[in-house]
Amino acid sequence: MEFLLASGIGALTAAGLYLILLRRTFPVVIGLSFLSYAVNVFLFTMGRLVIDQPPIVNASAGGYTDPLPQALVLTAIVITFGMTALIVVLSLRAFLETGDDDVALDIQPDETSSGTPRDEVAR
Amino acid sequence: MTNQWLIIPVAIPALTAAILVLAMRYSLTGQRIVSVTATALQLAVAIGLYVLAGDGEPHTYLLGNWPAPFGIVLVLDRLAATMLLLAGLLAFGVVLAAIGEWDKRGRHFHALFQFQMLGINGAFLTGDLFNLFVFFEVLLIASYGLMLHGGGAHRMKAGFHYIAINLIGSTVFLFAVGTIYSVTGTLNMADLAVKVPHVAAANQALLAAGALLLLTVFAIKSAMVPLHWWLPPAYGSTSPPAAALFAIMTKVGAYSIIRVYTLIFGAGAGPLADIATPWILPAGILTLVLGTIGVLASRRVLDLVCYSLIASMGTLLIAIGLNSAAGLAAALYYAVQSTIASAALFLLAGLLAPEKGSRATFGWFPQYTDVFAGFYFLLAIAMVGMPPLAGFVGKLLILDAGRAASSTATVWPAILITSLLLILGFARAGIQLFWNPHPVAETPAPRDVPMAPIFVIAGMIAAVAALSVFAGPVMDDMTAAAEQLLSPQRYIAAVLRPQTAANLAGE
Repeated sequence: MEFLLASGIGALTAAGLYLILLRRTFPVVIGLSFLSYAVNVFLFTMGRLVIDQPPIVNASAGGYTDPLPQALVLTAIVITFGMTALIVVLSLRAFLETGDDDVALDIQPDETSSGTPRDEVAR
Repeated sequence: MTNQWLIIPVAIPALTAAILVLAMRYSLTGQRIVSVTATALQLAVAIGLYVLAGDGEPHTYLLGNWPAPFGIVLVLDRLAATMLLLAGLLAFGVVLAAIGEWDKRGRHFHALFQFQMLGINGAFLTGDLFNLFVFFEVLLIASYGLMLHGGGAHRMKAGFHYIAINLIGSTVFLFAVGTIYSVTGTLNMADLAVKVPHVAAANQALLAAGALLLLTVFAIKSAMVPLHWWLPPAYGSTSPPAAALFAIMTKVGAYSIIRVYTLIFGAGAGPLADIATPWILPAGILTLVLGTIGVLASRRVLDLVCYSLIASMGTLLIAIGLNSAAGLAAALYYAVQSTIASAALFLLAGLLAPEKGSRATFGWFPQYTDVFAGFYFLLAIAMVGMPPLAGFVGKLLILDAGRAASSTATVWPAILITSLLLILGFARAGIQLFWNPHPVAETPAPRDVPMAPIFVIAGMIAAVAALSVFAGPVMDDMTAAAEQLLSPQRYIAAVLRPQTAANLAGE
């Protein structure tokens, strides 16, 4: 089981890193999600892999599972959900405003600043 | 020793932000009144806590009264109090400066601002690593909103970069926290400080990996080379008040470095003692050099300010990397002055370079020339570190600490040469801005310069001047803070004592 989990985390991380290095926003968002799945599983295993044990000290059980990593993972999942939602909305908005989903910052200053002064639109 | 006041700097912005979002969505005037009042209250509480921490004893607040290593604990020592006070001062200035113009450009500026203060105050007060992560996320989520405040295509793309790099940073933070937890079984910083020296030899490598991963995260936050490149596009694209508030976010990274690598992996950490020190000093020097090169190369006034912020972070990291009481005290002093000076510079840059047409050159528009030129001159002096303002005192203290730590050969040339180059960079920009203004292609329509930022910048300059006038008493406090950091026994005792007391009572 250790081997399975370790290689699973490794595969998720590798896939996530590869996708983050691409130039389009969609793969980057998916890559970030993969990375966060990897870290969630990683956190989960940090209290050692124990099977069939309660997450509290119980006199009738032979041992216990460390409950803290579950609390950490829960918090991390909630935060990651929020972040993923935000970055999805942002990349959609950037796509709609700039017309492409390229990640690169345009160095050309005049493309954004001249023309319609979108920065100054008060809403 | 639970002290209820410690939760107040976290509670005020949390409640205020909720009220602003829920009850005052449509009343900008109401939002302004509530937000300014709440920020003033935070400043008052921060002053009170600073006085409280002056007795030299770390104060704690146990959330839900759970004993320390099991529950969440907030800790106030001199370092935390200093940073809280700095955050309070800065926030008060920024919220005033934002009123009138910038808070109109999008909804919820004040609510986001308060959420950001919640994250910043919490990060300074928290006593365990996972809550440091949570407060980092809180301040980052708010900063994403603030950064995108006002919209615009360029800002969207820069914002995507900023959010992506910080999400990767958060992931690395979680990996580091998980690794450290797997070896020590705790995330409370005081408890870690007790347990880290006794980790089995077989697990030392794992713990070292966790410690250095953590340094990577803090390096991203504090814009340490080679993880500095996200800062200029992000801060340079956002609105000036947001950038001014962000000036303290890099200090949150520096604060975390100081906290973790004096308390947990400090001199008493057994085989891992001072594990980060060999990295921080060279990285600080590189940061300073690259920031200076950026200042020389930048063609927009906002870029200039961004790179000068990176250079000042380099100076700060050098002082931290010296790893001595004198170095830490100098670092704290320099952090306070450089935060205020760079925030004021961001506000000034917002006045100097209206966004339109200002991306390529130093844009300028011709009202209030004398006032702006005077502000620029004074702030450049503060930022570069020339007498008589506090930047000079700070750099002098760092040079002195470098001599005492026998790092003269590396620290002195780095700081002195870059200071000269920074003077050149700021002087060149000043000449282009004020003596040889080449107006932007389409001359901006004359408009009233908002008065609020002008008064705030003047106030911040007065604060920097006051720092140099009262350098003696301030340095006494900073030295006391540094000594408290380097002997963490009292911190550990203050946090863990309730647990021992509870154990004694229960058994």
